[in-house]
Amino acid sequence: MNRTTIDYTARVENELDLTMPSLSVNEGMARAAVAAFCAQLNPTAVELADLKCAVSEAVTNCIVHAYRDTAGDIRINVKLCEGRIVQVEIRDKGCGIADVKKAREPLYTTDAAGERSGMGFTVMESFCDSVRVSSRLGRGTSVILLKRLHQA
Amino acid sequence: MIRTNHQIAYDDRDGVLVIRLSGEIDHHSAVNVRTHIDEKLLAERPARVCLDLSAIDFMDSSGLGLIMGRYSLVRRYGGNFTVIDPTPAAKKMIDLAGMERMIPIHYTHSERK
Ligand SMILES: Nc1ncnc2c1ncn2[C@@H]1O[C@H](COP(=O)(O)OP(=O)(O)OP(=O)(O)O)[C@@H](O)[C@H]1O
Ligand SMILES: [Mg+2]
Repeated sequence: MNRTTIDYTARVENELDLTMPSLSVNEGMARAAVAAFCAQLNPTAVELADLKCAVSEAVTNCIVHAYRDTAGDIRINVKLCEGRIVQVEIRDKGCGIADVKKAREPLYTTDAAGERSGMGFTVMESFCDSVRVSSRLGRGTSVILLKRLHQA
Repeated sequence: MIRTNHQIAYDDRDGVLVIRLSGEIDHHSAVNVRTHIDEKLLAERPARVCLDLSAIDFMDSSGLGLIMGRYSLVRRYGGNFTVIDPTPAAKKMIDLAGMERMIPIHYTHSERK
């Protein structure tokens, strides 16, 4: 899968890379690590809570869907950009998404038996300023969350 | 086998089973919480169940699945299910999903935090 290019060209001021195996115990760690890294921008409590929730959704999707009955790596890249923009990319090399447009619809899930509500992408979209998804079947998925923090 | 789970506290009050969840509800924790609660619900089949969300620090869409699943289970055996005192973190998710159209949400205005 080609690394998605982001048309957002703001200068990157700080950056963090994390790689972890697709174990559910890492969900809490992943969102906490992203939040801890972003804390240097003094986000509001609500901004931080929203970002944690969005990251949690994307990481959970890697574990639950991308690597369903397998295991693999989840890569997270966080960029703190000029203008107080936080960009978080969550990537997997799992099964990929056949129809991204459909997957992003509220309540759409391929795993109703697993008590999934189909709200993950809706949460990401409503808690971030932009969500980009690129995916290739059998190759993996990249989700890029952009969140603009309040201007100090 | 008696399982324990530090995120769940049960309180039987006059025929109402109050299930108080605390901490962070995500996919990782929801799996164990679900198993624990369902064992109790299926063993006792309480006529009224209140899911107390007043001590939830974090909740994502896995929490929505957890709530909906318990609601369905209780309704299936003929019980009554309500959610009480969601924290802002839990309420935000509930509102986003429009869950209030299905499940009654009550505020007891308790002092608990
Ligand atoms: N990383 C991924 N790899 C493969 N498929 C994915 C991935 N992320 C999402 N999907 C697909 O998109 C669908 C919608 O995802 P979304 O997060 O919105 O809902 P969900 O995960 O099914 O339910 P919920 O997030 O509410 O628990 C999933 O059911 C799955 O089929
Ligand atoms: Mg999801």
